[in-house]
Amino acid sequence: MEEKAILDELRQKFPAGIRETSASPGDEVVVIEKAALLEIAAFLRDGRDKFTMLLDLTCVDYAGEEPRFEMVYHLFSLSRNRRLRIKARLGEGDLRIASLTPLWKNASWLEREVYDLFGVQFEGHPDLRRLFMYDGFEGHPLRKDYPLRRRQPLIRLKE
Amino acid sequence: MPNRIQQQARPDTMLLNMGPSHPAMHGTIRIMLELDGERIVNSEVEVGYLHRGFEKTCEHRTYFNLLPYTDRLNYVSPLINNLGYAMTVEKMLGVSVPERAQYIRVLMSELSRISDHLTCLAAMAMECGAFTVFLYKMKAREFLWDVIEQTTGARMTTSYIRIGGVRADLHPGFDTALKKAVEETRGVLKDIHGLLDKNKIFLNRTRDVAVMSREDAVSFGWTGPCLRSTGVSYDVRKAQPYLVYDDLKWEVPLGERGDNFDRYMVRMMEMEQSLRIIEQAAVRLPKSSREFIADGLPPAEAIKESRRRRVRRDIALSPNLEGSEESRYRDILASDRGSVVPPKEETYTSIEGLIDHFKFFMRGHGLRPPKGEAYFAVEGGNGELGFYIVSDGTDRPYRLHLRAPCFHIVSALEQLIQGRYVADVIPTFGSMNMIGGELDR
Repeated sequence: MEEKAILDELRQKFPAGIRETSASPGDEVVVIEKAALLEIAAFLRDGRDKFTMLLDLTCVDYAGEEPRFEMVYHLFSLSRNRRLRIKARLGEGDLRIASLTPLWKNASWLEREVYDLFGVQFEGHPDLRRLFMYDGFEGHPLRKDYPLRRRQPLIRLKE
Repeated sequence: MPNRIQQQARPDTMLLNMGPSHPAMHGTIRIMLELDGERIVNSEVEVGYLHRGFEKTCEHRTYFNLLPYTDRLNYVSPLINNLGYAMTVEKMLGVSVPERAQYIRVLMSELSRISDHLTCLAAMAMECGAFTVFLYKMKAREFLWDVIEQTTGARMTTSYIRIGGVRADLHPGFDTALKKAVEETRGVLKDIHGLLDKNKIFLNRTRDVAVMSREDAVSFGWTGPCLRSTGVSYDVRKAQPYLVYDDLKWEVPLGERGDNFDRYMVRMMEMEQSLRIIEQAAVRLPKSSREFIADGLPPAEAIKESRRRRVRRDIALSPNLEGSEESRYRDILASDRGSVVPPKEETYTSIEGLIDHFKFFMRGHGLRPPKGEAYFAVEGGNGELGFYIVSDGTDRPYRLHLRAPCFHIVSALEQLIQGRYVADVIPTFGSMNMIGGELDR
């Protein structure tokens, strides 16, 4: 019943920040309000269960739904050997969420990737630039409204 | 463009460009160095030269036919990528895999792991000047790849591990070939230990160079041999055992200092453990329920005969399909008929089989995992290789995200080489095992 414990603890600790929790086998999921992200992430990292690892950070574009984007974080606790998935929804008009760079070092590149491919703005990121695409690339390729074979304009080679 | 470093550079330093096409950059990656003499004051790593839009492409392919794309992620150990993807979809579908197929999967992923480590260390040693080591390791890798080639039909682009099992059963001479490969690899590993472990040149370039602390390694999300070289014991195969890893006896080798030499050493020891796993798995591999079919009815005749009555004899399939005869299906593929390719014998000779075939491959049909999402990770050559798949109930993934282990490892490169010499970049980068296909996707 340890599985439940962390979800219950989160619900008690952040009654306003948690939208829902669910536990399917192997996948503990907690859906949060985006404003509470940094607080909850810090609590998880330093709390009893020590989710010291940010395994993964990505985004899903649910085009047509509102809020449209969903940030997905995968945390891992080495001491408890458990994973936890955090999800937060972002509306299209307000594509901003707190950056996790103060907590985890790999968040820097991961957030640059999401910024590049989805156009999500991470507040507090020290160096938010495109990671995979080049400067001058138009649009954000992993969005659902970006066509698979869209051509990009030619850009001037610098220097 | 490496803007940051250009803006921040001091006026008295020199900017030097390493890559994207540099002999020691195993993929295409660009490192911009700000140098004070030979010291690296600052650096900036630029990735993305091999970005092929893997995730975007997958959204437009069905679950079955995006499998070949996974080969091309970590192209040194494609079988583990196949496995990671297949197991994630199996988790969504709730399919269970026969025991023999599980052992075959373990064998194949350990062979890939060894070849992955061999390639990484071979390149690293060569860049430090040990060309003999490179040739020895490539020789060993060839023996392993021979086994993989004989089993899967391809050296690198295998697509062998399928959703629900494996594509084909092992061939008759597998045991002998495997035995030879294991023996040869053991011999090579021994030689390498002799050549490198106390080699002064190698030690000077790796001992205490680019030391990673435990805390930083965890904070950077390192996994795999690189994390274990810092002394953190986390291996997905032990922590969350999948397949039959739980039943086999093996250990997780750890390093102490987290420097280049430890990364080398952990990989070397891991290969020995992988050999142990392979030997045990080869012995415990459940027997196949059928011998190979030597001569069966030619397909054309079978089709002809099926027009009048049901064909009851074995049918000789094309050599491409060797090992995936219908009679072997229960050894290698899940019993759930809807989630595996229908046997060719039935497709050829019965109308129901033909319908099954079309239902499996037709647009909008085929594999349709229930609505929802799943994350599943396996231990890849570089660490935790995770797939995050969101399904909307159709035959194509709504979103597929790859958690590439070396993405997190390379993101620490800037920190590791800061304050070191230019020459230190080479062994450090080599010991990280950057794989472009996986990093850039």
